[in-house]
Amino acid sequence: MNKILVKNLTKVFGSNPKEGVKRLQQGQSKEQILKDTGMTVGVNNASFEVKPGEFFVLMGLSGSGKSTLIRLINRLIEPTDGEVLIDGQDITKMNKNDLMQTRRKKLSMVFQKFALFPHRNVLENVAYGLEVQGVEKSEREAKAQKSIEDVGLKGYENSYPDQLSGGMQQRVGLARALANDSDILLMDEAFSALDPIIRKEMQDELLQLQSKLGKTILFITHDLDEALKLGDRIAIMKNGEIVQIGTAEEILENPANEYVYNFVEDVDRSKVLMASNIMKKPDVITTWKDGPRVAMKKMEDAGLSSIFVVDKDKNLKGILTIDAAIKAYKENKWVEDVLELDFHTTDPMTPLSDLIGIAAESKYPIAVVEENKLVGIIVRVSILSGLVLGKEQSEGMKE
Amino acid sequence: MNYFTLPLEDWTNDFVYDWLIPVMGGFFDSVSSIISFFINGVADLFLMIPAEIIAIVFILLAWRLAGKGIAIFTLIGTLYLGSVNLWEDAMLTLAVVVVATFFSIIIGLPLGILTAKYSILDKIVRPILDFMQTLPSFVYLIPAILLFGLGEVPAVISTFVFATPPAVRMTTLAIKQVPEDMVEAARAFGSTSWQMLVKVQLPVAIPTIMAGVNQTIMLALSMAVIASMIGAPGLGSTVLAGISSVNVGLGLVGGLGIVVLAIILDRITQGLGNKNKK
Ligand SMILES: Nc1ncnc2c1ncn2[C@@H]1O[C@H](COP(=O)(O)OP(=O)(O)O)[C@@H](O)[C@H]1O
Ligand SMILES: [Mg+2]
Repeated sequence: MNKILVKNLTKVFGSNPKEGVKRLQQGQSKEQILKDTGMTVGVNNASFEVKPGEFFVLMGLSGSGKSTLIRLINRLIEPTDGEVLIDGQDITKMNKNDLMQTRRKKLSMVFQKFALFPHRNVLENVAYGLEVQGVEKSEREAKAQKSIEDVGLKGYENSYPDQLSGGMQQRVGLARALANDSDILLMDEAFSALDPIIRKEMQDELLQLQSKLGKTILFITHDLDEALKLGDRIAIMKNGEIVQIGTAEEILENPANEYVYNFVEDVDRSKVLMASNIMKKPDVITTWKDGPRVAMKKMEDAGLSSIFVVDKDKNLKGILTIDAAIKAYKENKWVEDVLELDFHTTDPMTPLSDLIGIAAESKYPIAVVEENKLVGIIVRVSILSGLVLGKEQSEGMKE
Repeated sequence: MNYFTLPLEDWTNDFVYDWLIPVMGGFFDSVSSIISFFINGVADLFLMIPAEIIAIVFILLAWRLAGKGIAIFTLIGTLYLGSVNLWEDAMLTLAVVVVATFFSIIIGLPLGILTAKYSILDKIVRPILDFMQTLPSFVYLIPAILLFGLGEVPAVISTFVFATPPAVRMTTLAIKQVPEDMVEAARAFGSTSWQMLVKVQLPVAIPTIMAGVNQTIMLALSMAVIASMIGAPGLGSTVLAGISSVNVGLGLVGGLGIVVLAIILDRITQGLGNKNKK
């Protein structure tokens, strides 16, 4: 089941919102409606779904309706039309009490300007959500303490927000959302107010946290680089409408229209960067003499589910999955008997743009091979971060 | 401009003598006895406690909340009140101020909170507050005497009427000034309206509310002095005695006493507000 399902959601601000919806249905534009009636269309007929554990990014220019849309999801703003299903329950039809319970148990929000409570210290801020639920003091403080540690703020429990830097304040904001133990995090431009270095740091930590905690995240940004780096899928908004939804690769490869194209055109670093720029040293290599036991141990240590296998001259022989390794171990076979050969290889000089498509459909990392020797591997994430972060690198290369 | 006669004077008098006093008299009597119970209790308490102890409490409060300078001023000020033989008068004035401020706050703060929340109520209350504040204070000394007689009860009532508006206004302002994103955060985490009020809005609003309370106390003090004209005991009556006997010295002595009390109360309550800001 979808964690969040948004169906034909519309918000019109103004004196007669229903009239606005009618006009939208008749095909009138946002500008036309504003001109005729003075009403503002915030969100126009938006539909999408977010799956459990998915990192879903909503991107658009300022004023495109992102903040309105995310507030329709926890009903901080009353929708004019449409449905929002949280775990299958339509939040737009809930009574006051159910709505409150849903906000307490299922949805946590992180705000662009942090929105911390200035009269409460870090611990009390983080424990706020549990406090309003009536969780007993010792229990809520223990939980708050844990989220404070999760975001790396241990030792600051008794500080007040105005004693912390912007980055630290937003960590408090994040910890406050995590302490509630809700499955869904709503993040409205959570990192936009931070300076670039802190911002990158927070992005990395958020990705780590998500893989650890398995939250479903709806993240808003106006920054394509951030969207590409973070999103499993990205929705692009314009004038209150969602104009394209897809993975980073899909959006880069096939911009749905000129608006999206103008957005992504900026990201032509893919044409400058090559496989060798973004490949990683293969994490672990099982030489020909290692048996399945050693292979399993190495995979476990490095947290991998597959591993490339080379001989003593570094000639690439194949890829060994963890399942195959277990099988070989149980059935007392040689590693070479269970190798998988169905993976992609590439030359170090291949441009990054050619790898985007391959990475999307490949189960395994791409092997970078030179004269049949394994020189590196490329995982999907490095392609995206290469697109995003390779800027300086590629500019350096042009000189 | 005299196109028609508007008998406002007659109407008012008819209303007061034919309805308000005969019909509502009992009500006013009971209000009167409640207030007089309060005011006498507080005044007795202040007079019962040795002056030195009260002075020390003031000095310590001033020191903690407003700094060393004000503490020294408070020491000199209380010594002054004692040495010009105005201590008792000062305590009686203080009692009127305390009781009137108490009622101003217990009525003004909730009203301010409600008007912040319901704009319709705000539209009704606002002109009433304007009226209360701009009507010359002598004008409502008259009905106060009519309904409550002479003495400290009408003094407290008229002081209350005069001093409540800033408590209401500043509370409304303070609640409305709480940044929208904090209110939003509190809502997003599933706060009830009551939790929002006591856990977020009020604590954030306290410094501004305290500024309102400070104004209320200052207005109460100024009114308590005027109210001596209707028989309220205290520093005002000393000044009044100075005026009526054209005794410049006595007027100055009493006037300085009022200034001393005003500065002490002002700095202490201001300090209280600033302390809450942290
Ligand atoms: N409370 C409101 N009343 C009227 N118009 C609003 C309100 N909130 C937002 N809008 C309008 O809705 C549109 C979308 O705003 P917003 O959701 O804040 O965009 P974004 O977050 O993408 O910058 C804008 O045109 C904005 O002016
Ligand atoms: Mg926004």
